[in-house]
Amino acid sequence: MTRRLLIKKVSFYLFASLIGFFNLIPFFWMVSTSLKARKALAVLPVQWIPEEPSFEAYQRLFQLFPFARAIWNSVFISVTTTVIVVVSASLAAYVFAKVPFKGREVLFTLFLMTMMIPGQVTMIPNFLVLRYLGLLNTYLGVLLPTIYNAFATFLLRQNMRIIPDAFLEAAIIDGASHFTIFSRIVVPLSKPILAALSVITFMGTWNDYLWPLIVLTDRAKMTLPVGLGLLNTQYGNQYNLLMAGGLISMVPILLLYFLAQKHFEQGLSIGGIKG
Amino acid sequence: MGKKLTIFLFLLPSLVGLVLFSIIPIGTSLYLSLTEWDVIGGPPKFHGLKNYVQILQSEEMGRILGNTLYFIVLYIPLILTVSILVALLLNNPYKGIGIYRTIYYVPVLTSWVAAALLWKWLLNARYGAVNAILGWFGIQGPSWLQDKAWAMPGVVLSSIWKDMGYFSLIFLAGLQGIDKTYYEAAEIDGASSFAKFRYITLPLVTPTLFFVMVICIINSFQLFPQVMVMTEGGPGGATQVFVERIYNYAFRYYKMGYAASLSWILFAFIFVATIIQLRMQKRWVHYDS
Repeated sequence: MTRRLLIKKVSFYLFASLIGFFNLIPFFWMVSTSLKARKALAVLPVQWIPEEPSFEAYQRLFQLFPFARAIWNSVFISVTTTVIVVVSASLAAYVFAKVPFKGREVLFTLFLMTMMIPGQVTMIPNFLVLRYLGLLNTYLGVLLPTIYNAFATFLLRQNMRIIPDAFLEAAIIDGASHFTIFSRIVVPLSKPILAALSVITFMGTWNDYLWPLIVLTDRAKMTLPVGLGLLNTQYGNQYNLLMAGGLISMVPILLLYFLAQKHFEQGLSIGGIKG
Repeated sequence: MGKKLTIFLFLLPSLVGLVLFSIIPIGTSLYLSLTEWDVIGGPPKFHGLKNYVQILQSEEMGRILGNTLYFIVLYIPLILTVSILVALLLNNPYKGIGIYRTIYYVPVLTSWVAAALLWKWLLNARYGAVNAILGWFGIQGPSWLQDKAWAMPGVVLSSIWKDMGYFSLIFLAGLQGIDKTYYEAAEIDGASSFAKFRYITLPLVTPTLFFVMVICIINSFQLFPQVMVMTEGGPGGATQVFVERIYNYAFRYYKMGYAASLSWILFAFIFVATIIQLRMQKRWVHYDS
C-alpha cells in the first residue's frame, strides 16, 4: 500500500514537472533571447544561454519606439477602463437587482440579448461612431465604449440579488437615498465580486489588441500590445528586441497576479462565461 | 423626491453606452452589410444581399471555414484532454501544488501579442527552440509557420500553451465540486482508480466539459491575435480566419460593407454552433447526481 502511494507520488511530481517544463521553457527562451546581441540570434547550434549576454535589445527598444510612453498608455487606459466598467456596471446592476420599476425586465433582457452579438459585429460601426464624434486616435475614443458592459452588469446583478432585501428595508425606513443604500450597504457587501471584476477587466484591457489597434494609430498613443504588434511588422526578425518588449509588457500583470492571486483566479473563472 | 431621477441617473452611463455602442452599431452593421462602401468615396451604396451572396460563393469563404475547422479539430480534443489531465493532477493533496498551479497559470496572464511573438520565434524553422528540441530526439522539425500544412498546427500549439492553465483551473473547480462520498462508496466496493475516473469523475465533470467546449468553440471562431501576429493569415492563406479577414477588409482594404457582412456570417456560425451544442447536451451531459 505505501509502495503504491510512493509510486503515485513520484509519478505526480514527474508529470507535474513535465508540464511545468512545457510551460516555462518558452519563457526561458524569451529571457535568453532578450539578452542576446543581434548577431547571436541566427547562430547554430542554438544558444540556450547567451554566450555574450547584452542589454542591447532593451536599450534599442526604448530608442526605436516610445516604449516608456506605451507602458504609461497601457497603465492609464487599463486603470481608467477598470474604473469606468466597475462604476457604470455596478450602478446599473443595483437598479436591476434591487429597484423595481415598470419595464425593468424588458430592459434587462435587452442587455442580455446584446451579449450574444460578438464584438466583431459592432467593431466597424463603433469605429464609425468614434470617427463621427472626432474621437479616433484619442484615449477617450478607446475608453468611451467601455461605459456599456452587459457582461459586467449581468455578473454584478446576479451577485447583488443575493443580498437580502431586509438589509435595505431598514435603511429605506430611515429615509436613506438610493445613493446611500448603494454606497453604504450594497457596495461593501459586493466587495469580493467587485474585486474579481476589477481584476479581469484590468487584465483584459491590458492585453487587448484589436480595439486599441483600430482606434490608436499614433505611435505616442499606442498601448503595449499595439506597440509590440507594430515592432513586429517593422523589425520582425529582430527577436531580441521583440522578446525584450514582450517581457516588459508582462511584468505589471505578473506583479499584480502575485499580489492578488485569489482574486485573479476567481475572476478568471467567472470571466469564462464571457469567453 | 427625485426617486425616478435617481434611478435614471444610475442607469444613465449604461443606457448611453447601450444606445451609442451597441444598438446603433448593431443596426448600422446590418445596414452596412447590405451596401458597398469604401469610406472615402461618398455614402454607402445600397445593393441588397450582394455581399452575402458574393462571400458565400467565394473560394475564400471555403478557405476560412476550412482553416477554422482545421484549428477546431486539432485544438478542441487537445485542449480538453490536456486541461482535464492537468486538473486531475492539481486535484492531488501533495506539497508544492501551489507552485505548480502558479507556473501553469503564467501563460494565461501573458498578452496574446507577446505570446504570439514568442511562439513565432520558438517555431522559427532554423533557429527556433522547438526544432532545436526536436533535434535532440533526431527529429527534423517542419518549417512550421512557413509551411502551408504546418502553420495551423503551430498556431494550435501556441494556443494550447496559452489556454491550458485557464481551462484546467475551470476543470479543477468542477472536480472539487464532486461529492466525496461517491469515491468513498466506490472504494468500499473495491473500485480501481480507472473505474472511479470512468464511472464517477467523468460523468460528473460533463457539465464543466460542456461549458468549456462551448467557450472553446466560440473562441475558435474568433481566433485573431495569434494569427495576426504569427502568420498574418499566411502562408498562402493557410491561416486566414474570420476575424483576420474582417479586420483586413474593413481597415486595410476599406471594404466596410463586405467586412460587415462577413461579421454577420461569423455571428451566424457561432450562433448555430452554440445552438447545436445546446441541443446535443441532453445526450451526454449529466446534470443530476
